Amino acid sequence: MPSAEGINGAVLEEARRQMEVCNACRYCEGYCSVFPAMELRREFSDGDLTYLANLCHNCRGCYYACQFAPPHEFAINVPQVFAELRSETYAAYAWPGPLAGLFRRAGTLALLALAGALALVLVLAVLLQDAGVLYGTHTGAGAFYAVIPKDLMVGLASAAGIYVALALLIGFVRFLRGSGPEIGAGAVAGAVHDVLTMKNLAGGGPGCNFPGETFSGMRRWLHHLVMYGFFSAFAATCVATIYDHFLGLEAPYDYFSLPVILGTLGGIAMVIGCAGLMRQKFAEDPDPAHKAARPMEWGFLWLLLLTSLTGLALLAFRETAAMGILLAVHLGVVLALFITLPYGKFVHGIYRFAALILYRAESRKE
Amino acid sequence: MQPVPAVTVRRQQNQRETRGVNTASNPCDVLVAGGGNAALCAALSAAEAGAQVQILEAAPRHFRGGNSRHVRNIRYMHKGPTDIMTGPYEEEPFFEDLLRVTGGKTDEKLARLCIQQSEDAVDWMRARDVRFQPALGGTLQLSETNAFFLGGGKALVNALYARAEMLGVQVAYETEVHGLSMDGGGFSHVTASTPDGEIEVPAKAFVAAAGGFEANIDWLTEAWGPAAKNFLVRGSPYNTGLTLRAMMDAGAATIGDADQCHAVAIDARVPKFDAGIVSRSDSVPFGIMVNKHGQRFYDEGEDFWPKRYAIWGRLIAHQPDQIAYSIIDAKAVPLFMPSVYAPLQADTLAGLANEIGVDAASFEATLGAYNAAVQPGQLDSAVLDGCRTQGLEIEKSNWARPIDTPPFYAYPLAPGITFTYLGVRIDETAAVHLKDDSVAAGLFAAGELMSGNILSQGYLAGFGMTIGTVFGRIAGREAARHAIG
Repeated sequence: MPSAEGINGAVLEEARRQMEVCNACRYCEGYCSVFPAMELRREFSDGDLTYLANLCHNCRGCYYACQFAPPHEFAINVPQVFAELRSETYAAYAWPGPLAGLFRRAGTLALLALAGALALVLVLAVLLQDAGVLYGTHTGAGAFYAVIPKDLMVGLASAAGIYVALALLIGFVRFLRGSGPEIGAGAVAGAVHDVLTMKNLAGGGPGCNFPGETFSGMRRWLHHLVMYGFFSAFAATCVATIYDHFLGLEAPYDYFSLPVILGTLGGIAMVIGCAGLMRQKFAEDPDPAHKAARPMEWGFLWLLLLTSLTGLALLAFRETAAMGILLAVHLGVVLALFITLPYGKFVHGIYRFAALILYRAESRKE
Repeated sequence: MQPVPAVTVRRQQNQRETRGVNTASNPCDVLVAGGGNAALCAALSAAEAGAQVQILEAAPRHFRGGNSRHVRNIRYMHKGPTDIMTGPYEEEPFFEDLLRVTGGKTDEKLARLCIQQSEDAVDWMRARDVRFQPALGGTLQLSETNAFFLGGGKALVNALYARAEMLGVQVAYETEVHGLSMDGGGFSHVTASTPDGEIEVPAKAFVAAAGGFEANIDWLTEAWGPAAKNFLVRGSPYNTGLTLRAMMDAGAATIGDADQCHAVAIDARVPKFDAGIVSRSDSVPFGIMVNKHGQRFYDEGEDFWPKRYAIWGRLIAHQPDQIAYSIIDAKAVPLFMPSVYAPLQADTLAGLANEIGVDAASFEATLGAYNAAVQPGQLDSAVLDGCRTQGLEIEKSNWARPIDTPPFYAYPLAPGITFTYLGVRIDETAAVHLKDDSVAAGLFAAGELMSGNILSQGYLAGFGMTIGTVFGRIAGREAARHAIG
């Protein structure tokens, strides 16, 4: 199980108190993986609680079904205490350590980083190009590089990409490194299946209780749109990188080329998904929510939405004079998204995937 | 008392929710007292028959649902395995189970009606968005007979309330019926308390489905004497029995005895009310039970715990101060489900006696005699393993092992009352009978306050829900027929 070093002891204590009540009840075991995992234990170490919190998908089925939910004196509110514990996890596992504090201000951070990165790219663009180039119309292969020099674009992307991949990987490995079940290929495959289907947001069938008490599959579908949209857009970037570096084909690519199709579909999916999730968030029942996590959640949704919107705008107007500015803005937003990935809501995917691997591994063992 | 003021409409999500109650000039067709499964089944069934329905629920919205909030399954008749059931459960085995637990004290006509009509209960609930799941871990003995609600009873009542609201059923929370007026042999109106004072609510027909009186300590004391003061109430604090009492005062015939209740041995440290399932404590068969004087008083290994915890509720009720302690040692811990509170513990038996405030000499003497009387054997918690004592005044018949491996643990246990059996007499149309055996026109009953017609003693897991669902549906349908023809 993961280490709980650096995690607020009071939050762990409250999570432990609640799990001890839940483990004597067990009515919720049909909703998700958390409760079957809980039932494998009689006692809950700090690491167990960290693991269970990250296994929780915040579907809230257990909150509305709970006869001990507040104002009952047992005050059982598992989605809330686990969300708080997840926030603690994200901070405790952030790399490098001193940046953990950024989690506490992640919403603000996201916007600041966005603004900073945007400014940087724009300023560089202006400094390195005369106005005629920035505002000119460029078409054909290499048109983007006419605005932002290739070395600058590749340099920034590589540096940010390597740094972010390293930071995320370190968190992932540290989460899985503690004592726990042996992890085989089967467990990883099972966890991948759980991620791709988001079965833990299905609430045992009828969906989750989000934004309120009514069961709905909507959040799961919106999450699918964002997640698969992100994968698709990421794949577009990878394919484009291969085209550029190995095939010598420079962007922009044809409308019906693989990178553009993947990017467009991903962008549209993310716009719909993010907008839908934001709409749900507005209507969210605050009682089972961990309110302090809101800025982090909003910040991430805004960055994803802006990344998609600016990418689609760039595609739409790439043959006009607006291309230069749109490219600079899009790259700025993408950069902002990337450098905040390890310090924002994105890491929920990393630790939840790790928790699902542990779950698959330990249920197999049983 | 004012004649029926319209209660101000206040509707705040997750807050107190008291909708306008219909006035005398516009009485509703069917009025339902109570807010648990039986009440909701009655309300839905009446509304689906075309009646205008008003529910008066004593609890605030957060605690709505009576004891249905705490249930987790329903026993029902079915002809074969289904997606959630591992095997068939037909009328005869069902009826035999009922005869066994009641010692034959049941109304066979009503009991068979209940069993037969339970057959479509799960489908009926599913059609109203109630979700089910296979039997929970640790309850496999019920997997052929009982259908488990996904998320338990509160999820069940949430689904039924959502359905009721969809059908336009009015729900007034924090409104408790405590008076009932008859008019020429038929129902006239009820009197209820609300946060804004007393109201009178008339209706063309009335369904009483407000539960038993297990949360009414004064009434329990009348039946049980002072021991009742130390009872814990496992379910809703709103089951005060005032609606039942109002019907009795209005002349309804009763069935069952006030001193019959379902009381089980539960952890003595849980809150006085509403601790539900987590109040359970399952260690008893794997150790010994002593009272506050350190003495044993019954065979802890007589049978499996789920078959014996109700007996232990009564046994502890008859011990001094209604308290007893389950004593186990370290090797017994893995044998039972974890409980909500950690046990008291000590490294020596004398230390443990000290922890629980029992005289150490007497405690050690009891333990010593028990340990010396244990016969050799191989413990197997899954069967009646015959590991027993020999030579004690009170033997332990199964799962007996010396209590000798520190640390030693004690769980304090007290009687926890689940429900009462006293009810009003009804017929197969759920119509309430008066003391002269005439039928009270427009007066119906469903759920715990009439379950004594079928289950007047003993207990069958999930059968209270069967009675509530079947007679709730009958009562709603008949009340609608009475009200609107």
